Amino acid sequence: MRASGGLPHFSRAALAIVGAALLAACATVAPRGTGDLGIVIERAAGRVHVVDTTARASLARIDGLGDLSHASAVYSRDGRYAYVFGRDGGLTKVDLLESRIVKRIVQAGNAIGGAISQDGTLVAVSNYEPGGVKIFSAQTLELLADIPAVSGPDNRPSKVVGLVDAPGQRFVFSLFEGGEIWIADARDPRAPVLTRFANVGRQPYDGTVTPDGRYYMAGLFGEDGLALLDLWRPESGVRRVLPGYGRGEQKLPVYKMPHMDNWAHAGGRAFVPAVGRHEVLIVDETGWTEAGRVAVAGQPVFVIARPDGRQVWVNFAPPHNDTVQVIDAASGKIVHTLKPGKGVLHMEFTPRGEAVWISVRDEDRVEVYDTERFARLATLPVDKPSGIFFTARAHRIGL
Amino acid sequence: MHRAGRQTIIGLFTLLGMAAGQAAAEIPAARQAELRYLLVQDCGSCHGLTFKGGLGSPLTPEALAGKDPRALRDTILNGLPGTAMPPWRPFVTPEEAAWMVRVLIEGQPHAR
Repeated sequence: MRASGGLPHFSRAALAIVGAALLAACATVAPRGTGDLGIVIERAAGRVHVVDTTARASLARIDGLGDLSHASAVYSRDGRYAYVFGRDGGLTKVDLLESRIVKRIVQAGNAIGGAISQDGTLVAVSNYEPGGVKIFSAQTLELLADIPAVSGPDNRPSKVVGLVDAPGQRFVFSLFEGGEIWIADARDPRAPVLTRFANVGRQPYDGTVTPDGRYYMAGLFGEDGLALLDLWRPESGVRRVLPGYGRGEQKLPVYKMPHMDNWAHAGGRAFVPAVGRHEVLIVDETGWTEAGRVAVAGQPVFVIARPDGRQVWVNFAPPHNDTVQVIDAASGKIVHTLKPGKGVLHMEFTPRGEAVWISVRDEDRVEVYDTERFARLATLPVDKPSGIFFTARAHRIGL
Repeated sequence: MHRAGRQTIIGLFTLLGMAAGQAAAEIPAARQAELRYLLVQDCGSCHGLTFKGGLGSPLTPEALAGKDPRALRDTILNGLPGTAMPPWRPFVTPEEAAWMVRVLIEGQPHAR
C-alpha cells in the first residue's frame, strides 16, 4: 500500500455504507452507560420515567406496569434492566436503554417488594397474597421456586416484608403476622434451603441489611424494638435491639408505615425510624445499644443516609408529609428543614450524594436538591411520583 | 355518567344513608374531592390504590359486602387497636367517614 494519498475510492464508498448501516443499527440506542440513569414511579398511572441524573431530565416514559402503589425496583448488575415490583403482583423487567418492557408477569395477587441475588441471576419477590417469596430467573422471569410463608402449629399464612439479598446467594425476609425471620439459601435456586427464626418480635414491618451484608435488622410494628440477625453467625439467633424504646408511653397514631429501605449507616451508628413516636432512633453498631434519639417533625417514614454518611434525611407520614428534615450525623442535630411540597413520598441520592431527588406526589413533581446548600437544582414534572430508584443500587448489597 | 346510573347511585346513597342511621348530610363538592384523594392516596398506601388490599385488608365492594356501615365508619374514626389501622378522627368528621364508607361500598373512590 502506498504511504500517502489516502484510501482508494472504492474503500471510502464501502466505509460510508458500513457507517450508514452502523448508524441505522444505533438509531434507537446511542451507545451510552447506565450509571447515571434511574427510574421514577408514577404510582397512579402505572408508568415509570427513565431519568438521567447528570442531565437532571426525564428521558422516556414507559406505560403498562399495572398498579404501582407501593412499587419498588432492583437492578441487573449491568445496570441496564430494572425489575419493578408492583402492588398487583406484577413483576416487570424494564430495559432502560431501549425504554421498553422486556417482559411482564403477574406472579401473585398482592406483592410488596423484591430483591436481586448476589450474582444477579435470581430475582425474588415478597408477596402478601398468597404470602410468601417466589424466586425467578432474572434472565427470563421463569419461576424457579415458591416459598409459602406459613408458620406456627396451624401453618398460619403471613405477609412477607423486608426481603433483601445477602452474600452467599441468600435472601432474608420477615413474616408480618408470624413474627419470624427466614433465610433462604438459593445456591440451588430450584431447591432453596430455609433457616427459620421464630418469635423475633411482634409484627415485623420491614427489614434492611448492613451495607456489608452482615446484619439483618427488622423493624417491629407491634412492639417497641428491632430484631437483629448476624448473618455471619446465624446459629447465634435473633436478638432484640432497643427493646422498650417507647418507655411504655402511649404510641402516637401512624398514618403511614415506616420503611427500612436501605440501612442508614453513618459514623458507626444506624439511624432508624421510631414507630408511633416522632423520633429517629440512633443505634450504636458495635454494642447494638441506643446511642441517642432525634426529635423530628412527625412520624418518620424513610430515614436515609447520604452515601458519605455525613447527613441523614428523613421524610414523614401524613399530616407532616410536606416536610423533609436533615440530621447532621456527627452531632445528631437537625441542620435543615425543607418544605418541598405536599405528599413527599420518597428520596434517592445520586450515587455519590451531591444531590437528592425527592418525589412530591400531591404536586406532581420531582425536586432535585443540592445536599450541601439545600438549593433546588431542578424540577421535573411527574404524575403522582412515588419511588425513585437509581442504577447505583445494582452494586449495593441489600438493594 | 348517564341518568339511569346516577339515579341508581342516588338511590343507593339514600338507602345506605338510612341504613347507617345518617341524615343525608350534604358534603360540599370540594370537600368530597379532598376525601376521595384521601381515600385513594392515603388509605391506598396500606389498602392498595385499587383497594384490593395490602398490609391493610381489601376495601372493595365485595370485601365490604354484608359489613355494618356504622362499624366501618367507626373503624375509620377510631382505628383498630393492635393493628396498623390508625384513628382518622383528627382529619375527618363522623359524617365524612360515613360518606367515605358509602363511596367504598359503591366501589366509586376513583370517580370524579
